[in-house]
Amino acid sequence: MHMPDLPIGTVQVVLVTPHSVLSTRCVEVDPRDPLTVQLAADLIATQRVSPGCVGLAANQIGVGQRVFSLDVSKHPKARIHHGEFVVVNPEIVEATRNEKGREGCMSVPDFTGDVKRATRLTLKAQLPGTAEEIFIETDAFEARAIQHEVDHLDGFVFLDKVAGAHAIYPRQTYL
Amino acid sequence: MSSFAVTILGQDRPGIIAEATGALADLGGNLEDTSMTLLRGHFVMTLVVSTDATEQSLRAILDEKFGDKDLDVVVMELHGAASAPSTGQSYVLSVHGADRVGIVASITEVLARGGANITDLTTRLGGSLYLLVAEIDIPASTSVAELEAQIKQVAEDLGVGASLRPAESDDL
Repeated sequence: MHMPDLPIGTVQVVLVTPHSVLSTRCVEVDPRDPLTVQLAADLIATQRVSPGCVGLAANQIGVGQRVFSLDVSKHPKARIHHGEFVVVNPEIVEATRNEKGREGCMSVPDFTGDVKRATRLTLKAQLPGTAEEIFIETDAFEARAIQHEVDHLDGFVFLDKVAGAHAIYPRQTYL
Repeated sequence: MSSFAVTILGQDRPGIIAEATGALADLGGNLEDTSMTLLRGHFVMTLVVSTDATEQSLRAILDEKFGDKDLDVVVMELHGAASAPSTGQSYVLSVHGADRVGIVASITEVLARGGANITDLTTRLGGSLYLLVAEIDIPASTSVAELEAQIKQVAEDLGVGASLRPAESDDL
């Protein structure tokens, strides 16, 4: 995957629940639209300055469009990874081998929760600035992070996916 | 505005939660943290409620709802500040094995001695298998390896297995 060059992004405020844009399905966008390319740059800029943040969906910065950024390359649980990237109109086309893991989210600062996620997946998407369709095959932590971000774009946070009534925990500290 | 702990327990049936929380809402009671579950078929709920209503009026409305049924109601005003958030590292402790008297007491005694604070604990008895799962905060001043060794020793003496693992979460 060759990530196109992006303009300089602006760091945006990350929204927290409850907020309607976080619980509304985001809409498809034209990846070649200059506003989409700028949104991609803003996501990367915001992700880079947020400690511990490995991914950011557009609606977390208030834009209800199907775009997310990701970079799990420095995370110890990552196996396959695709470095720092942004995708537009992502769609999970295959997901297998569920495993439970405990997740936190910048938009849900007071809780963590156990969520089952596929550990192997294939994502179909477009890159900002191009109309070309790409496929990302990945596993482990990058697969989990992609599912977390696609959930955001569908209007869900991890609280909507927790494994049971006893699977949400108060968070002591946030980075 | 005062905080109250409301505990309701007794024979389970559909509708207890709806009736109890409806009555509290009628009194302007705002539910904060709650825990509601079945323990061997008996329904138990504990609610922290903040309200301008008095303890007497809370008890009166709940007694009116449940007084003549198989449910017991306890209302207690909460005084003093909540405990400070722990600064330790969170771990999950699982203990399971053949049921016998004293498993919880022996295991939690070790945790208490190590200064570990239990923030959540559930036990279940299924057939002859006893299961304990606890979320615990271990302070930085306690050696986790040492505490784990002590837990394993006590577990071995009880003839049960124990495992301790960090409850680490990943930010996404």
